Amino acid sequence: MNQKVKNLKSKATEIRKLIIKMLTEAKSGHPGGSLSSTDIITCLFFDVMRHKPDDPNWAQRDKFHLSKGHCCPAVYAALSLCGYFPKEELMTLRKLGSLLQGHPDKKTPGIEVASGSLGQGLSVCLGMALANRLDKIDSRVYCLMGDGETQEGNVWEAAMASAHYKLDNLCAIIDYNRFQIDGRTEEIMNLEPIVNKWESFGWHVHQCDGHNIDELLEAFAEAKTVKFKPTIIIAHTVKGKGVSFMEHVVNFHGNAPSEKECEIALKELEDIEKDESGLE
Amino acid sequence: MKEQVMSEKLYARDVYGKTLVELGKLDPNVVVLDADLSGSTRTSFFAKEFPERFFNFGVAEQGMMATAGGLASSGKIVFASTFAMFATARALDQVRNTICYNKLNVKIVATHSGVTVGEDGASHQALEDISFFRSIPNMRIIVPCDGPEARSAILTAHKEEGPFYIRLGRSKIPTLESKKEFSLGKGYIVKEGSDLVIIACGILVNEAMQAAKTLDEKGISTAVVNIHTIKPIDVQLIEDLSKRFSKILVCEEHQKIGGLFSAVAEVVVGSNPVLMESISVNDKFGQSGPPGELIDFYGLSANSIAEKAAKFIRQ
Repeated sequence: MNQKVKNLKSKATEIRKLIIKMLTEAKSGHPGGSLSSTDIITCLFFDVMRHKPDDPNWAQRDKFHLSKGHCCPAVYAALSLCGYFPKEELMTLRKLGSLLQGHPDKKTPGIEVASGSLGQGLSVCLGMALANRLDKIDSRVYCLMGDGETQEGNVWEAAMASAHYKLDNLCAIIDYNRFQIDGRTEEIMNLEPIVNKWESFGWHVHQCDGHNIDELLEAFAEAKTVKFKPTIIIAHTVKGKGVSFMEHVVNFHGNAPSEKECEIALKELEDIEKDESGLE
Repeated sequence: MKEQVMSEKLYARDVYGKTLVELGKLDPNVVVLDADLSGSTRTSFFAKEFPERFFNFGVAEQGMMATAGGLASSGKIVFASTFAMFATARALDQVRNTICYNKLNVKIVATHSGVTVGEDGASHQALEDISFFRSIPNMRIIVPCDGPEARSAILTAHKEEGPFYIRLGRSKIPTLESKKEFSLGKGYIVKEGSDLVIIACGILVNEAMQAAKTLDEKGISTAVVNIHTIKPIDVQLIEDLSKRFSKILVCEEHQKIGGLFSAVAEVVVGSNPVLMESISVNDKFGQSGPPGELIDFYGLSANSIAEKAAKFIRQ
């Protein structure tokens, strides 16, 4: 394994530990999707995207928008590790007066636009991508969506318009963990055939393992080469990834771990860290 | 008091289209969006002049509003237009959570508000739009009474940072002479009087002026106030009026619930609670018909205003 991938893996595990600590402290929040999207977010913030944490409004920056706003703990952890705000802020998540709201708010350094009401983010990103084109800025826009979120009609309005305007500076990612609050996506509202849907809307579709850093980096690299079409990366993930008793467990979509569960989860993640450092 | 003369009749939406072209020339940051109604809303004027800065979203108002948010977050001044019905009700969540919560520089200019949409009927006659948007923090609402006031409202919205809702109609409206210069958040007395005050907005300012003439002739000295900015409401002016007049009649082409009547009442109850009466569509849907006949049918015409006012003053 090359050093870059190794570093990203270790960063992802660090973020997962922070997610567990933040949610336990907050006593509420969404661990399942935060953990399933961690590797995607890690690749973007620590490798793929051009950004300056000490200058969040830098005009040439690539932009990231968390359309699945409930998974903000993963983004908050990444932003703090990048240096957008001090790490101590993380433990104030969801508390009165906190910089870190239960769903993303523009007052947090590094958050472009608030989100939380599902289905709007792809349109927001389409607007950002159009603005980049008008301003002749070669920056890219990344939109992370949940799988259940794509049941929203607004997503498909954005899908149609992004292809119509041939926005090749726009890259969407679906965190395809196959669970939503009420259960399995195939039981609640089937998303398949997901690839055909996006292809028929005029998108370039790339599928990958959403926990495999090499595959994710390859997907993002390929997206940059696609011309006259937006790209969507369908990242196959595991809800609750990295914590054995949270994996594939729907109850951890929107429930924080207890103190005891936190302890076990951190122990497991530390073991992963040890394994990874032994991989030299 | 100088006699009011209605010099010309204009489509406020024509004024909108022309003003957009003016703004487009002045400011390269102006971007215009529409949802398949550019011919009706007159954003087509801008589209013709500046095709690279005009984006049509097809029949997709939710997507259009959230995209407007994305463009505005990137520094654009965005005008987004469709009919009042779809700009408000259909896209309410996008307007609340993306545009207003983020306080983005999006100017929603909607046409075809109220029953004067006419023959298209109830599904297209927005009568709740002010109510929907008035309760959202950061939103400002202007209901111009004529063409020139529409122009001022649009120029103001362009200049002032943050979200706006400008409510225009479909039909031609007479231009009110001797108006005061437009100032955001400031209503003004169009005509003085001493027995009763009529507060109106939009196309009903003209109806109220005609009603006041009739009432004056009957010996009821009637003042008329134009409140073009529904939010932020002119608290000072309304407080003053509630102290000067024992009865206030509010006129609007909107539901009684949540519009200008509610906005005025919210001030009056906290200042000097005087009797209020409403000319509005009271908890009903519209229907098909010629605009003029609908104005009569729903009791919004000058005659209805004069009748209700005379009864109200005798109470």
